Amino acid sequence: MTDNYEVRDVIDKETLSTVKSVGDSYKYGFSTDIETEYAPLGLNEDIVRLISKKNNEPNWMLDWRLKAFNRWKKLKQPDWALLKIPEIDFQNQYYYARPANMKEKPKSLDEVEPKLLETYSKLGIPLTEQKKLAGVVEGVSIADPENRKVAVDAVFDSVSVGTTFKDELKSAGVLFCSISEAIQEYPDLVKKYLGSVVPISDNFFACLNAAVFSDGSFVYIPEGVRCPMELSTYFRINAENTGQFERTLIIADNNAYVSYLEGCTAPQRDESQLHAAVVELVILEKAEIKYSTVQNWFPGDENGIGGIYNFVTKRADCRGKNSKVMWTQVETGSAITWKYPSCVLKGDNSSGEFYSIAITNNMQQADTGTKMIHLGKNTKSRIVSKGISAGKAQNTYRGLVQIGGRSQHSRNFTQCDSLLIGNKCGAHTVPYIEVNNSSARAEHEATTSKVDEDQLFYCMQRGIGEEDAVALIVNGFCKEVLQALPMEFAMEAQKLVAISLEGSVG
Amino acid sequence: MLKIDDLRVSLEEEEKQIIKGLSLSINPGEVHAIMGPNGSGKSTLSSVLAGKDGYIVDSGTVKYDGSDLLETEVEKRAALGVFMAFQYPIEIPGVGNMNFLRTALNSQRKTRGQEELNAADFLKLVRSIAKDLEISDEMMKRPVNVGASGGEKKRNEILQMCLLEPKFVILDETDSGLDVDAMKLVSKGVNSFSSSSRSFLVITHYQRLLNYIVPDFVHIMVDGRIVKTGDKSLALHVEETGYKNFLQLGKEKH
Ligand SMILES: Nc1ncnc2c1ncn2[C@@H]1O[C@H](COP(=O)(O)OP(=O)(O)OP(=O)(O)O)[C@@H](O)[C@H]1O
Ligand SMILES: [Mg+2]
Repeated sequence: MTDNYEVRDVIDKETLSTVKSVGDSYKYGFSTDIETEYAPLGLNEDIVRLISKKNNEPNWMLDWRLKAFNRWKKLKQPDWALLKIPEIDFQNQYYYARPANMKEKPKSLDEVEPKLLETYSKLGIPLTEQKKLAGVVEGVSIADPENRKVAVDAVFDSVSVGTTFKDELKSAGVLFCSISEAIQEYPDLVKKYLGSVVPISDNFFACLNAAVFSDGSFVYIPEGVRCPMELSTYFRINAENTGQFERTLIIADNNAYVSYLEGCTAPQRDESQLHAAVVELVILEKAEIKYSTVQNWFPGDENGIGGIYNFVTKRADCRGKNSKVMWTQVETGSAITWKYPSCVLKGDNSSGEFYSIAITNNMQQADTGTKMIHLGKNTKSRIVSKGISAGKAQNTYRGLVQIGGRSQHSRNFTQCDSLLIGNKCGAHTVPYIEVNNSSARAEHEATTSKVDEDQLFYCMQRGIGEEDAVALIVNGFCKEVLQALPMEFAMEAQKLVAISLEGSVG
Repeated sequence: MLKIDDLRVSLEEEEKQIIKGLSLSINPGEVHAIMGPNGSGKSTLSSVLAGKDGYIVDSGTVKYDGSDLLETEVEKRAALGVFMAFQYPIEIPGVGNMNFLRTALNSQRKTRGQEELNAADFLKLVRSIAKDLEISDEMMKRPVNVGASGGEKKRNEILQMCLLEPKFVILDETDSGLDVDAMKLVSKGVNSFSSSSRSFLVITHYQRLLNYIVPDFVHIMVDGRIVKTGDKSLALHVEETGYKNFLQLGKEKH
């Protein structure tokens, strides 16, 4: 523990010192000039059929999509979130884009077009089998202290361009590939679990995703296997005016364990772009999944022009007894974030944890939180949410804790802290707590504070510049959540915290 | 080293002058003590010298090593060697002491164009200072000042001073809240740190401290001014008779 502590301190420091060198604008704003193949503009049944055909899907998959599409037509976009969402014209979007030369899926990384590999290496994601990972933040190169490997699945617009360490994983029994591949190669697993956590018509955006998702990642950890490395997916939206609808399905069989990381960026464009992903986690008996996200989509400019609209449905189903899930998210990007990673605690003694940092600056809006649905006996959940707003941004925590009548002796603890920088931003906390049996207990604590002038002065009197001081204080505020991230991501996340808040003081 | 000339300072929030024509000259190697009743403006003076927001300088100048101190940015002042031990040290939740100290030290070094200290050298340095001040490893691992007792916080300020090696040090009631042993430790820290090129401005209410940190000059501050300057015997005199004789002096000067 002692040593661990010092390592983290050193990281903090390096984080801060590199922030300055990064400059103040969004660094992933470049786009890749690559020939792109689009489906025709707009959305109708033919587009759904086309997407299915492009992926060479079996009929059952097409039927599933069509069912979803027909349901979607009857659904309305939700309006309960504390968000001002400009009207989205769903017919004025492209639902499928892929680099033209990806028509034939590359069999190995050697066949991937150099320009694509270059894009990822520019983002800090080497699609070679190297033992490191960076890429949601520029310029962080990580000397991995534990020499851990990270396998990457890279999704570029609508398609997965490659997955690393596949063979090594396979020999451990772990299946890690794009979902389009999984549909072909492991249809039984996909049929069994796809849509079993987030049903087709769960909500407007999830339903849209079910109809038009084009790719995403698939993971299956067989019984008793501890995944030998971290798995990660890196999402990149490149094509203009194109929605990204990826779908991730992760299954941890009995006694299995996996830690999974997800990173996202997009080019800087004036037009807003839609991102509606679905992530389903299935956790069987005594299994555990850790799912970490560092989301750094383009947030729009300081006047609120452009940026990604991020409408994501993420849910974990703790089906087995003693199963465990931990969501950790660092949300810094996107113009609009609508996202509630949830845990359904069905198995007795199962537990769900949610650690979140949501930073909004300038004109960004975030309505994010979690749902903890306690169904089994003796289930436990823990929520730690840190919201930071600066500029004119609005940041809402929305959480539901529901403890069912049969979920005896279950416990929830919620800690929900907001930090304001300046006086034009807002922070809101909307907790819903429903406890339906007397042996269960839910605790909720909430605080709202401002970056304190005295703290800033104290740091500055000791020689620390104002922006570094803000980053230091905010990182301190987020510490509990940062510590929940895997080491590789913790560093990136800290740096990202600092970058996201640049220009927020003075 | 430091030359304050007829300084007048008001609050930004309300029209109220706190420092009302204060002059003070401090040469390298000198220890100056300031004593004075509550609310006479001692902490305000420290804050203005360190560069805290919220004050308006109505008139007067402060020269530090020949440059205009009041025009210098806060963190730059620190890098130039101005250090203030806070009367009430600030807590920073979640930020580890080590991280804070290293960030501060390296920020200053960077500003001065020096190379940053690497992790190993830094640790060695901090540990030896902490040992002298009898600050435990466990304390060092805590977040800055969080959960520390009053005395622990003050010791922490001295640790920061020793690490950052400033040239001009303001100790704002560093002795308040210290038990006898801690006061000896802190004084030992200050004395071993003092040199012919370092100067101190020691604000205190108690003559006791000045037995350990022996001042070259003692100033009595009343209502925003220095009304009397003497040697260390002046402190003893105050201890015996209080400030009542000096309050009158404050009024006469109007
Ligand atoms: N930010 C502020 N807002 C309002 N009043 C202030 C502020 N800062 C200082 N003052 C007032 O200015 C006067 C001087 O305060 P200061 O803290 O400098 O006194 P001091 O000499 O340090 O007192 P003590 O011995 O109690 O520490 C007091 O009357 C105090 O209330
Ligand atoms: Mg005071």
